[in-house]
Amino acid sequence: MTCSEFLALLDDLIDDSVSTDTRTELEKHLKGCEHCEVTFNTTRKTIEIYRSHEIYELPAGLRERLHSAIMARCKKGC
Amino acid sequence: MEFPQPKAMATIQPIAGENEQHPDVALVERVRNGDVSAYDTLVRKYERQVFRIAQHITQNREDAEDVMQDAFLKAYEKLDQFQGNSKFYTWLVRIAVNESLMRLRKRRTGKMVSIDEDVETDEGNVPRDLADWAPDPEQNYTQAELAEILRKTIQGLPQGFRIVFVLRDVEGLSTEETAETLGLSVPAVKSRLLRARLQLRERLSRYFRRKKGGEK
Repeated sequence: MTCSEFLALLDDLIDDSVSTDTRTELEKHLKGCEHCEVTFNTTRKTIEIYRSHEIYELPAGLRERLHSAIMARCKKGC
Repeated sequence: MEFPQPKAMATIQPIAGENEQHPDVALVERVRNGDVSAYDTLVRKYERQVFRIAQHITQNREDAEDVMQDAFLKAYEKLDQFQGNSKFYTWLVRIAVNESLMRLRKRRTGKMVSIDEDVETDEGNVPRDLADWAPDPEQNYTQAELAEILRKTIQGLPQGFRIVFVLRDVEGLSTEETAETLGLSVPAVKSRLLRARLQLRERLSRYFRRKKGGEK
């Protein structure tokens, strides 16, 4: 397996949607390729960091304003 | 090499089994029968996700606030059109994405805005940067510093990549749902997702790479 072939399957590997045979091939490539190993580990970490950190906090008071807007809309008929 | 199991990170609740009714469907039914408090429950459940999506697309806090309000109001008004065979959450996300793109268009005084914007056509995907990262690299920064790094990094992605990454990897939509929401083909979503992930990884490497001996 070449690095390009590995890369083409990188997302499937990260998303755990590869067959057992393909996984074995990918693992074999990783064992001998530092470049792809680093790419795989750091790409997975990238996703994990974005999933686990809130980078846009909900502004204070927004929920209340939304609630009032919905209630106002509701008075017109809901 | 062993592949560790991914940590449970997604904030989205798992979908109910085929024969099991998703709790959102019951809430929608209650709203349709006049119980507004059930809509409040849906708002509280998804307000963060809708706000984040709006912020990622508009990249402007005021616009994101307006989009969130408009999206929930529109969803409320159109609730009769919601088909129980799709998830309420993905239906709501579609509304939020459309509202966000409309808001961008308005800000740019009618200039065409599409999710294809800034998407380069070259297919060069092979990462250039081989630098490995420090273990738990985020621990070298305060929460505020880290949030700033993550914001700055994702804001630098082309819009068409950023939206795909946010919907698929941050907000937990499937590849198929992301494709449907954005009006893209599944292969297009897959291609953009890979490039978005690799570009983000490369950009984050500037902050997270393992320091060489003596380097600060």
